[in-house]
Amino acid sequence: MSGGEAIASGAIAAGLRFFAGYPITPSTEIAEILSIELPRVGGSFIQMEDEIASISAIIGASIGGAKSMTATSGPGFSLMMEGLGFACMAEIPIVVANVQRGGPSTGLPTKVAQGDVLQARWGTHGDHAIIALSPSSVYECFTITVRAFNLAERYRVPVIILTDESVAHMRETVVLPQEGEYEVIDRELPTVPPEWYLPYDRAHGGVAPMASFGSGYRYHITGLTHDAHGFPTSVPEEVDDCIRGQIEKIIFNLDDIVEVEQLYMDDAEIVVVCYGITARAAKEAVEIARSEGIAVGILNLLTIWPFPVQLLQTITEQIRVAIVPEINMGQIIREVKSSVEGRCKVVGINRVDGDNIYPHQILEKICEVLS
Amino acid sequence: MISEKMRKYLRPTKKFPHVWCPGCGIGIIMGAIVRAIDKLQLDADKIVMVSGIGCTSRMPVYLDFNTLHTTHGRSLAFSTGLKLARPELHIIVVTGDGDACAIGGNHFIHSARRNIEMTMIVVNNNIYGMTGGQVSPTTPYQAYGTTAQLGNIERPFDICNLAIAAGAIYVGRATCYHSTLMEKLVYDALQKDGFSVIEAIAQCPTFFGRLNDFKNVVEMMNWQKANAVPIKKAEKMSPEELEGKFTIGLLHDVDFPEYTNLYRKLMKRAQGGG
Repeated sequence: MSGGEAIASGAIAAGLRFFAGYPITPSTEIAEILSIELPRVGGSFIQMEDEIASISAIIGASIGGAKSMTATSGPGFSLMMEGLGFACMAEIPIVVANVQRGGPSTGLPTKVAQGDVLQARWGTHGDHAIIALSPSSVYECFTITVRAFNLAERYRVPVIILTDESVAHMRETVVLPQEGEYEVIDRELPTVPPEWYLPYDRAHGGVAPMASFGSGYRYHITGLTHDAHGFPTSVPEEVDDCIRGQIEKIIFNLDDIVEVEQLYMDDAEIVVVCYGITARAAKEAVEIARSEGIAVGILNLLTIWPFPVQLLQTITEQIRVAIVPEINMGQIIREVKSSVEGRCKVVGINRVDGDNIYPHQILEKICEVLS
Repeated sequence: MISEKMRKYLRPTKKFPHVWCPGCGIGIIMGAIVRAIDKLQLDADKIVMVSGIGCTSRMPVYLDFNTLHTTHGRSLAFSTGLKLARPELHIIVVTGDGDACAIGGNHFIHSARRNIEMTMIVVNNNIYGMTGGQVSPTTPYQAYGTTAQLGNIERPFDICNLAIAAGAIYVGRATCYHSTLMEKLVYDALQKDGFSVIEAIAQCPTFFGRLNDFKNVVEMMNWQKANAVPIKKAEKMSPEELEGKFTIGLLHDVDFPEYTNLYRKLMKRAQGGG
């Protein structure tokens, strides 16, 4: 199956019950599959009038208690920034799959790119935390999608599946995990009487239970800064709690959220920091380099945001050079550089011509930094 | 003085006063909505009031329902997702002329086209109030706004005609002066199985009034009284007689299969039944 199909399967497996979307290459397959599969499992699919409407609709459905997602690509992702910010602010669990293609603007619709990495982090205005996950195989498309829903539900946040055209269109033979072999997390529901319910209470681990509309808990949801009741506020202490609380619930749980695949790292002196389709090329390049006796390892960022700063800082004790291949002009390399704080050399491999970075390019860079 | 009926629907934990200016029409419209809900004896737990951005969109926070204050223009899109996830809920969308017809215009026409069950109440005060008096898509030709200080050169939308053309099954118009009509329209709209739209013409004394030479709120409401023509009466009037006036009452009432009902049927087919 393809990566897109695996995302759709993973979503259903994680309990997806609502999808709203707008056709856009190269993500459309996800919508097409879910338009068939969702009604079969009692869920709903709707094609909206644009991407702003799509993300708005999935937030609405999530407020009604349905696990919800949308899928899009660059231009649509730009339009979704508004809704993404609302979901951060109002703390509504949603999943947004962005199948990256060449940009900016209409760009290169049918070709691969990784140019939306910083947009995923900072695209919506204002201070906020975000979770973005990046699969590099069809199997990971399934597992990461399940994980995206679990994180969204656990932390009441939007989670972005930041994939790319190559991964989504790549076909691989996979044996998907069966029901019971993966964890499915549902949002915590309130158990207190309605008059005691505080939808934005930070008392218990920073994430309050979330009542569904229509379940007897009548409360207010707004994109304005709000107090623990959800009512708008401009009282400095309450505003500070509102913004800081949304960010802290992520950064205080990095151990649970951040996942990095580490390969050949025990004795590595060179590391390739990669994600998405580029991790595939990196794996082949590193295997060849290893067969030549070169001490090179891989960090595959299955979680891109929050960025694994601490891990990067730790490995600088053994690493001399970090190579960062990206199908963009250098986005995650900025995070790598700021994390290692000059304690090791950081070099990029960048490509923006619509094609993938190939193993030989990474291998050449490894040889170059060796000499 | 707040009546006991009104008090029952106001949030006990919400701090008043409200954000609206003295003389604003939105409170009258809120009263009409609440009275219609009370008359229908709807379960407050099953009512959702959704809004976008603007003066009208501050309404939900005061009312003790499930309330959702969304982003500018998107209230119908949020509501569409919510309604599909929980078809048993009564969704009332309160929105303004800018929210519904400018930034939210696309969602407005498509929600009407889909005929998804919800009641949309568009408070039309012909201006952007919250941002300080800029022209909106319903500002009359040659009227003044802070962004049209030499007079508006754009034609206004007719919200009701727009709704009818886009496929809304129930469309009516009332003014703050005609608040009992407004209540009746909301009462009937809430019982329709489909997308219903009510245009509620309201005075904005602070901005539209001051910028357009209305002396006070009474003069603005008298303008509503003088220029509103009941639809039955309008049918007997010539275009010349109707020049500069607008119709009020029930303007459109038809039936068409409702979206979530159609989706439930589709779901049954997908599952091998029906």
